[in-house]
Amino acid sequence: MAFRRFVSHKAAVISCVILGLLTLLVVFAPFTARYGVNESVQVPPNSFLTPRANAWLGTDDIGRDLYSRLVYGVRVSLIIGLLSALISVTIGSLVGAVAGFRGGKFDDIMMRITDLFLAFPFLVTLLIVRNVLGAIPWIKPITGEMNSIRFIILLFSIFGWMGVARIVRGQVLSLKEREYIEAARAVGASRRYIIRRHLLPNSIGPIMVALTFSVVGAITGESTLAFFGYGPQAGDGATSLGNLVGAAKGAVQTGFWWLAVFPCLMLVIIALSVNFIGDALRDATDTQLDRGN
Amino acid sequence: MIRYILRRLAWALPTMLIVTFLVYVALRIGTNPVESYKRSNPRVTPEKIQQYIDINGLNPNYVLGYFRWLNNFLTGNWPRSIKGSREVWPALKDAMANTLRLGIAATVVGVFFGLIFGLLASLRPGGRRDIAINTGAFVGISIPPYISAILLQLLFAVYWQRWFGSSLFPTSGVYPAGHTGFDLFLMLKFMALPTIVVAIQIIATYSRYLRASLLDVLNSDYMRTARSKGISERRVLIHHGMRNALIPIVTVAAIDFGSIVGGLIISENIFSYPGMGLYFLKSFGDGDFPLLMPWMVIIVASILIFNLVADLSYAWLDPRIRRE
Repeated sequence: MAFRRFVSHKAAVISCVILGLLTLLVVFAPFTARYGVNESVQVPPNSFLTPRANAWLGTDDIGRDLYSRLVYGVRVSLIIGLLSALISVTIGSLVGAVAGFRGGKFDDIMMRITDLFLAFPFLVTLLIVRNVLGAIPWIKPITGEMNSIRFIILLFSIFGWMGVARIVRGQVLSLKEREYIEAARAVGASRRYIIRRHLLPNSIGPIMVALTFSVVGAITGESTLAFFGYGPQAGDGATSLGNLVGAAKGAVQTGFWWLAVFPCLMLVIIALSVNFIGDALRDATDTQLDRGN
Repeated sequence: MIRYILRRLAWALPTMLIVTFLVYVALRIGTNPVESYKRSNPRVTPEKIQQYIDINGLNPNYVLGYFRWLNNFLTGNWPRSIKGSREVWPALKDAMANTLRLGIAATVVGVFFGLIFGLLASLRPGGRRDIAINTGAFVGISIPPYISAILLQLLFAVYWQRWFGSSLFPTSGVYPAGHTGFDLFLMLKFMALPTIVVAIQIIATYSRYLRASLLDVLNSDYMRTARSKGISERRVLIHHGMRNALIPIVTVAAIDFGSIVGGLIISENIFSYPGMGLYFLKSFGDGDFPLLMPWMVIIVASILIFNLVADLSYAWLDPRIRRE
């Protein structure tokens, strides 16, 4: 039922295909990219070449192929998006399920904290939390350097779990009044058992939706950070979509349109596809609709 | 109603204190104010540093320090910025005026078009117009503001100049360099692009809100009753439909305040528009504690005020809530 509804959402199916192709493209980056990340296209003069046969999307200031850099950049960004979304969904669903099921003080405090974080402008909290994390010495062994990819992944996990927790909490609040939960409680099932065996599996739809939104949040968030110069320095020979988008800012005034348009377009395509999939998942797994049909 | 308002107001003050305390601690850990002060003023004497610590309440003890800062803040004894030792209030006041102008313009434009699109979409759900508007709104939500800013700047400022000789909209500032005095037309021209960037987001979110909310309302019994009374369709839509559909939107408006400010920060940065966003990014980069704290206080206060206003107007719009 749910699957058929998902497939009937045309935009989502197209998005799945696009994301699948994109994933293949970046997984096999050594074959699909035409040049290395830091390799020049040709002998100088090679900077700011317009799109042409030996550089499909043009070259940047020091003559590197934009297409190859995009392939490598998207790879890093997808890793950031997926990993931080996985971490935040794990934490978020646990916290949300416990908060929704137990209610009381724990629930109140959790919701207050998430309210506070969500009310602030995202960029402001992001920058401040980033600096605070970077300044506490005992966290350093876990997070690594402030401009490492690991740090960025953990940073977005810290942000991502809150949205997930709210969604799962809402779902659990409505589920826990159902008869089967009451039945489980009546036969003496423990809280932990009910959460693990009944509440979380039945919240899988909203959790999947939250997962897609966390992926988009982390990928665009990484770009935002990089845009303002706080992004990851992806080590030797790597870049990220955020760094490429960030470089676009400098290319606008001088009129090197390809450096601005292509990275931006790539980011929009990824964000739009994942959003479409999330939207279709929400429609497909909505239990309200299930009962109606 | 009055008791409700009073209770909400009584809560606002402790919330304000707790949140500003958290911000104070976070900024102290995150930006390390004393070190930044030394970095900006390399040849400063130890007495000066002590003076800086005293006036900003940067004691080793966070609670004592916070109250010291609060005391100085409330009595108007504001420290000067660490870079160039400027007065904070004039800079903050100018930034606030510029951002308010931009924010209000973007909100008015955004909400107006957002509501129109939402109304148009919900009239014939599933129709071609509905699908077009819905997809458009979806794309609008998925595009981060800096992307639309970059692309708009590229098109209207840089390439317009190449193709047609002069750029349609300027790309930075409030006025051209060296301009003095007030000029409405010039000001609007400079505001156009940053406004559009923020307005795109608002249009996209509000058209979706209104569409969802109107679809709920349009199927309700009182709409059918109103139609059966023979009132014109237009009047039914505006008086019965819109009025009820707007109630849930009022609460979302307050929650959206944060994201609008976020959009403003990004937009201001790209178009070098001297408002609150540029002010924040600049002083955050410098670790300028004296500039940052008042900015934070204003943001926290406006978030609380917006939430309060939203709750109150919700109660005012919906009689059922008022009576409880």
